[in-house]
Amino acid sequence: MTRIITTYGQLLAVAMGQTLLLALYGLFFACIIGMIVGIMSVVSSRACRFIAAVFVNLIRGVPMIVLAYFIFFGVPYLWNTILGIGGMTLTALQAGSICLALNCGAYMAEIIRAGIESVDVGQMEAARSLGLPWWRSMVRVVLPQAIRTMIPSIINQFIITLKDTSILSVIGFPELVNTAKNVVAATFMSFQTWAIVGAMYLVVILLLQWAAKALERRLKYGA
Amino acid sequence: MEHKEKKIAIHVSHLKKSFKQLEVLKDISLDVAEGEVVVIIGPSGSGKSTLLRCLNRLEAASGGEIVIDGTDITDRKCDINKVRERVGMVFQHFNLFNNMNVLRNLMLAPVDLKKQDRETARKKALEMLGRVGLSDKAQAYPHQLSGGQKQRVAIARALCMLPDIMLFDEPTSALDPEMVGEVLEVMKHLAHIGMTMVVVTHEMGFAREVGDRVIFMDGGLILEEGTPEAIFGNPQNPRTRDFLNKVL
Ligand SMILES: Nc1ncnc2c1ncn2[C@@H]1O[C@H](COP(=O)(O)OP(=O)(O)OP(=O)(O)O)[C@@H](O)[C@H]1O
Ligand SMILES: [Mg+2]
Repeated sequence: MTRIITTYGQLLAVAMGQTLLLALYGLFFACIIGMIVGIMSVVSSRACRFIAAVFVNLIRGVPMIVLAYFIFFGVPYLWNTILGIGGMTLTALQAGSICLALNCGAYMAEIIRAGIESVDVGQMEAARSLGLPWWRSMVRVVLPQAIRTMIPSIINQFIITLKDTSILSVIGFPELVNTAKNVVAATFMSFQTWAIVGAMYLVVILLLQWAAKALERRLKYGA
Repeated sequence: MEHKEKKIAIHVSHLKKSFKQLEVLKDISLDVAEGEVVVIIGPSGSGKSTLLRCLNRLEAASGGEIVIDGTDITDRKCDINKVRERVGMVFQHFNLFNNMNVLRNLMLAPVDLKKQDRETARKKALEMLGRVGLSDKAQAYPHQLSGGQKQRVAIARALCMLPDIMLFDEPTSALDPEMVGEVLEVMKHLAHIGMTMVVVTHEMGFAREVGDRVIFMDGGLILEEGTPEAIFGNPQNPRTRDFLNKVL
């Protein structure tokens, strides 16, 4: 155990950094996608709602590992070979971020839609009755209330996405699981290595949960 | 007011409203003069709320015409938000913005719509809170108020937009009996200073005392209208009589 830590500790720490970087990129774009698609699924336009529903169901219906292979290998192949345009290269980080963003974005969209729908319609009606346009009513009145109820689900989704980065070891991104595999291959100490890796994930996720609790407390109204 | 020519604030003609197959308003025609207080009564499901909500297009009419202060709001091209700035609405369940304190509830629309700058809006908000007797609640959040206080804040919030017309949909129905009076007092005051009001209510005492005209609705139609004395004292339609017997 101590040999793993002294010899490979730094390597694993760097890999954890890569995992967090990937998760951060993924989550950042997932939030944007989730917000856009989530709002698209509550507007009055049927076309918008349809597009949003197709996106969410498509992503939810495909395992993330398939999505990862598709984006990393399939899309450049389509672009360069089938369409013959050429010149497209995706790094594992880019492909991985897109994959996480799409996957997490679809779930975020559902969380955001449900959050918006959980706010009493009277709130929107009151804002509209004062002459506020739909969009302003959304931003000033409905979303702030929706986000408050959504925070536990969003944190949960963040944690799932953080763990899902491990799936992206299959496209060769040097995140924690990929690196740990190399350590095991070099040392044969699978028990020690995977125990350490598990503990590393656990610590990060506990920290995230703790930060989330603090945030939730701060967002209580009129406290 | 007598020496002034009474202008029409609300003109409704042959209004129809259906939800899918369900025809809720069948053929409603109604004029409300400036400064007039019209009280709408009728059994549950008769379409009172729907009529009121059509007047600021929270529900879009299925047919007919609605003209508010000279603007035809059934015209899809009209700027409904501009009309709504002049038409306040008070809801049965108050609908105060839960994420804001009372002062910000009152200031939101005037500031966001650039009707008033922040400082003017703040002064106006405090003045309106004073009018409804809640000057000390400016910093409170909605969940810290009683029902009656919430409804008075909701009225003040609508008044901050300086509306010409106020719509009330059963403003006291969700209140404990001991809080009904304080809300009705505020509404009476508004009526006395000449606000044009359309009020859906089950408070017959209020209708009698404050209403210029009482309208009885049933089954999506106006069955009878007249002065409170006429409607309560000598109702003509048997359905009106029946309804009044049940509620009085
Ligand atoms: N958004 C809606 N979708 C479908 N049906 C509706 C909708 N709003 C109202 N209705 C129906 O229209 C009818 C009239 O409703 P409305 O709320 O106008 O009645 P009301 O006279 O205000 O009754 P109450 O005294 O109970 O408030 C009811 O049958 C109701 O179920
Ligand atoms: Mg009603």
